[in-house]
Amino acid sequence: MIIGEYIPLFIMVILGFIVGAMFMVLSEVLGARRKTFEKETTYESGMIPVGSARERFSIKFYMVAVSFIVFDIEVVFMYPWAVQLRELGVQGLVAMSTFIVILLAGLYYEIKKGGLKWD
Amino acid sequence: MNTANITWMLAETGIKAFVIVNIILVMASAEVWLERKVCAWIQKRNGPNRVGPFGLLQPFADVVKLFMKEDIIPAAASKNFHRLAPLLSLMMAVAVYAVIPYANYVDVMGHRVYLGIAPNLNIGLLYILAMTTLGVYGITLAGWSSNNKYSLLGGLRSSAQMISYELSMGMALIGVVLVSGTLCLNGVIDKQVGWFWHWNVFCQPIAFIIFTVASFAETNRAPFDLPEAEPELVGGFNTEYSGMKFGMFFLAEYANMATASCFIAILFFGGWQLPFPQEMLGLKDGSVQLALAQFSSFFIKMLLFIFFFIWVRWTVPRFRYDQLMSLGWKILLPLSILNALFTAIAIIVFKL
Repeated sequence: MIIGEYIPLFIMVILGFIVGAMFMVLSEVLGARRKTFEKETTYESGMIPVGSARERFSIKFYMVAVSFIVFDIEVVFMYPWAVQLRELGVQGLVAMSTFIVILLAGLYYEIKKGGLKWD
Repeated sequence: MNTANITWMLAETGIKAFVIVNIILVMASAEVWLERKVCAWIQKRNGPNRVGPFGLLQPFADVVKLFMKEDIIPAAASKNFHRLAPLLSLMMAVAVYAVIPYANYVDVMGHRVYLGIAPNLNIGLLYILAMTTLGVYGITLAGWSSNNKYSLLGGLRSSAQMISYELSMGMALIGVVLVSGTLCLNGVIDKQVGWFWHWNVFCQPIAFIIFTVASFAETNRAPFDLPEAEPELVGGFNTEYSGMKFGMFFLAEYANMATASCFIAILFFGGWQLPFPQEMLGLKDGSVQLALAQFSSFFIKMLLFIFFFIWVRWTVPRFRYDQLMSLGWKILLPLSILNALFTAIAIIVFKL
C-alpha cells in the first residue's frame, strides 16, 4: 500500500501543530494581561508610528522572487534525472547538459543585464 | 496491508513521534545553553552558571519566564496571521524530523523497528526541501502581519535570502543524488558503507561546502543573520512578538540548526555509519548494541556540526546585504550547477 508509507509524515506534521498550538494557548492564558493604548501600538523607536507599514517596497525583491521560481522549477526537473542517470546513459547526459548550458546562459544574461544588482 | 499491521505501524509511529518531539524540544533548549556557554568561552566569560549545575537548567528557567510574560498583539496587526506565523515556523521545524534516520534498525519481538519515523521513505530528500521552503512562510508572514516597518523589512530580507540560498542548496543536493542514485535517506547512508573515505564528503567536496554555506543562510544564522540584524532592524521579523510566541521562533531556529547539522552528517558524513566497517565490532545486525554504536556515531557528528554553527556565529562578522545576494546568485548557484554537471559527466564517462 503506497499511502501507508506517508502516514508517519502526516502524524509528525499534526504533532508539530499540536505542540505549537499548545505553546500558543499556554502563552496567551498564562501571561499577564494589562492592555494599555501605548503597549498596543506598533514599535517604531519610541515614536508614534507614521503611516502603515504596508506600502510599496523595492522592486529587487520581486526580481529575486521571479528568478527563484524559474530556477527552482529547473532544480525540481533535475531530481528525477539525477536518480535515473545510470539507466538513461549517454543520451540522458547529453539532453540534460544541453538544458544546463541554456540555463547557465540565462543566468549569465540575467547577471549581465543587472537583474540581480543590489545597489 | 491488514488491520494488525496498520495498528502496529500506528502504535510504533505514535511512540517514536512522541519520543522524537520531546527530544527535539529538549535538544533545542540544550543548544541554547551550549550556544551561551560556547560564546562565553570564546569571549573569556563564564556564561550561565547560576541555575542548576553549570547553568544547565537556564534554558528551562527561560521557558518558564517566557510563558509568564505578557503576550502582546499590536492593535494594528492582522491578529490571526500574527498568531499563525510562529505556529507555522515551529510546525515545519518539527515536521522535518520525520525522515531523519538515527541508527539502522533493531529487531524487537520479531518486528524490525527502524530508528527514525520514516527513514525509508522514497522521497526523503524532496520532503526536506519542501519543509524547509514552507518554513519561509512563517517568517515572511511574521514580518508582514506585524504591520511594523522593521518587521516587514526583516521578513522581506529573510524570504529573499532563504529562497536564493535554497536554489544552491537544491543544486548541491543534485550532486549527492547523482552519486547515490536515490532520494531515500537510508539509501544515501547505505551507499557510504565501509571505511570513512567512502563518505560523500570525499567525492562531493564542493557540494559539501555549498550545502554548508546555504544551510547557514537557510537557518538565518550568522554570518547571514540579516533578517534580525539588531543594529538596523531592532529585532527583524520578531520585533512585535513577545512571550512564548517569540520563544517559538527561537525554538524553531535552534531546531532548524539541529536539522541542518543532521543533514550535513547524513548526506556527507555517512549518517549513522561508523568510521570503520561495522563488521569489525563483531555485533550482529539488528542488535541493540550495534544500534547504540551507530546512534553515538550519528550524534557525535551532529554535535560537532552544531558546535561549528555556534563557533562561526561568534567568529565571523555579518555580511552586507548586496554581498549576500551576489554570493548566492553569482558564485554559489553557478558553482553548484557546474558541480552537478561535472558529477554527471564523471559518472557516465567512468561508469561509476
